[in-house]
Amino acid sequence: MATTKRTVEVELSTSGLDAQGRPQRVPLAVDEGGNVVTMEAPPGIEPDLSGEHMLINLGPQHPATHGVLRLVLELDGETVVRCIPHVGYLHCGFEKIGEYRQYNQIIPWTDREDYLNSPGNNVAFALGAERLFGIEITERCKVLRVIACELSRIISHLVWLGTTCIDIGAFTPFLWAFQQREEVYEMLEMWIGARLTTSLTRVGGMGADIPDGFLEKLSAFVRGFPKVVDEIDRVITRNGIWVGRTVGLGVMSPEEAVNYGLSGPMVRASGVAYDLRKDFPYLDYETYDFEVPVGTNGDVYDRFLVRMEELRQSTRILDQAMKRLPDGPVNVDDHRVILPPKSKATSDMESMIHHFKQVMEGPRPPIGESYVAVESPKGEKGYYMVSDGSSKPVRWRIRPPSFVNLSAIPRMVEGHLLSDVIAINASIDIVMGEIDR
Amino acid sequence: MTEVNNDGSFAPVVAGSALGVDAPAPVTPKNLPHRGGEPNPSVDAMRRQFGAAVRRVDVVWGETTVVIDPARVHDVIRWLHDNPLERYDYLSDITAVEFRDLEQPLELVWHLRSLPYRRFLRVKALIARGAPLEVPTVWDIYKGADWLERECYDMFGIRFIGHPDLRRLLMWEQYAEGFPLRKDFPLRGRFSRSEQLRQALAANPEARYSKDELSIAEAFEDLPADMRRRLTTGERTGE
Repeated sequence: MATTKRTVEVELSTSGLDAQGRPQRVPLAVDEGGNVVTMEAPPGIEPDLSGEHMLINLGPQHPATHGVLRLVLELDGETVVRCIPHVGYLHCGFEKIGEYRQYNQIIPWTDREDYLNSPGNNVAFALGAERLFGIEITERCKVLRVIACELSRIISHLVWLGTTCIDIGAFTPFLWAFQQREEVYEMLEMWIGARLTTSLTRVGGMGADIPDGFLEKLSAFVRGFPKVVDEIDRVITRNGIWVGRTVGLGVMSPEEAVNYGLSGPMVRASGVAYDLRKDFPYLDYETYDFEVPVGTNGDVYDRFLVRMEELRQSTRILDQAMKRLPDGPVNVDDHRVILPPKSKATSDMESMIHHFKQVMEGPRPPIGESYVAVESPKGEKGYYMVSDGSSKPVRWRIRPPSFVNLSAIPRMVEGHLLSDVIAINASIDIVMGEIDR
Repeated sequence: MTEVNNDGSFAPVVAGSALGVDAPAPVTPKNLPHRGGEPNPSVDAMRRQFGAAVRRVDVVWGETTVVIDPARVHDVIRWLHDNPLERYDYLSDITAVEFRDLEQPLELVWHLRSLPYRRFLRVKALIARGAPLEVPTVWDIYKGADWLERECYDMFGIRFIGHPDLRRLLMWEQYAEGFPLRKDFPLRGRFSRSEQLRQALAANPEARYSKDELSIAEAFEDLPADMRRRLTTGERTGE
């Protein structure tokens, strides 16, 4: 497919004249009478550079690489011939540290890998650990976790939307998106006290139940948010510049997308209806009524459309979750994993001993292993945990969706222009904290 | 490319398509037994096809693990991918597990998904202590294995035979302290802080480009002689 054709842009762009009919590009030369003249090319023969390839180093400090990603690009003129990605500038050894931590102590680390999706990571980790412990969580906890997952999908997609708009040259949607994101962060602050690094869940329950007034704020958000999505939709979806800079870029066919292990909006934009919430459900997602948006062409524009629709679908799920939220306990009634209430731990000797042993030694799962994957905003986020019966995992493995999605970037950018590399890279929705871990 | 129906409408590739329209919708697994749950239906077919190469089958918390002969990894995964009754077309993850008990073998783990049949399977190969850390690559079956195998090599030192570009991924190529996720690797690293600082200050900025990359800009000849030699021999420290 001739993907570098920019037909849409040509059709929709202006003629190069401003409203008064004057040319928009002002020549840089003026003659003696003060009249503008066209610049002549300097005399001499231009060197023939057609055979020479150029090495361009993009990143790791370039703002449009969304973190410390480094791409070494071989250019022929302006066309990318080869792309060699380098990652690892943010490597902190999360998986190694996890082997020295109890299960509940790992939850703060999950905040920090994909830091735009902290509540979703906390939920994913807790689900994995609960399978390893053999715990069934309460109904109220399930619905609260669905609310947490969908709120975190919304904030992650809003950051993606805002930063991609900035990359491609639109500033206003960025402000609208971040305004809405702020509202979600205010809700998270109400709920757990933290905004970015939430540590929302515990093994067997949640760090806190929702406070008074949370549901009112959530329902106001659910009512107001779709209007903002529609507004952003109106501004950019049919915008000539936006369409011209995204259509036909980084196309992945469905077979390729599956073979490269792409997940989330990346694989769905390529026309593969695969969503872990539908196909390998968790948290009773099969009982919620929502659609999985699927693209047709697998290009940057389709990925944008898929994410926009996911924002709306997440709002639908939030609405249903809010209405069905049952009363009852949030944490399971299982003192293997759940601490006694603070008031009892300070007044009752047995509870204090229990609290002490729980904190110092930590809960011990039986020997075994579990791999639980959830549909994070970026794709399949999996936690693989292996237990040898002690309170710390033998191996804690993060399956990072944007790591696998990013590994397809050479396939996506080769043959495109240098300026399109930015758009394609933005469309992957990478978070380097998750890639380097 | 995407399928387009005769009337011009678009037909996406749907996960679970091979199960037919009457198949029950998947549900959240509940009350999973620790051991002895229902195994994945692919296991019987694998046993028939590969016989003794299938060493052991475990079902832990409802997830099926098939332990296979390390020499047959490529054959088994190729068969799982190509067989029309299995169609494990999606590679979720490749990783390794080393146990604290150093008598236990090192485990290599492949997490596979069959999107058309909505199945999930964990394939394992055990590498005994002292045996060379080598397994065949699955890069020719799943392109997504490229970085996953490189990361596994980087962190555990496992060589994926046949991988086209098995370099360190998260650590830098001159990293000399070993393989960080191995159990004999201390949490703080092998070298002292002062040694790490010394190495960082002594690093040649050109070392951030591979020989391959420098050949693009024809900058290779301008390098110091020792770097040219290191790059030419393909020598990688840290092994």
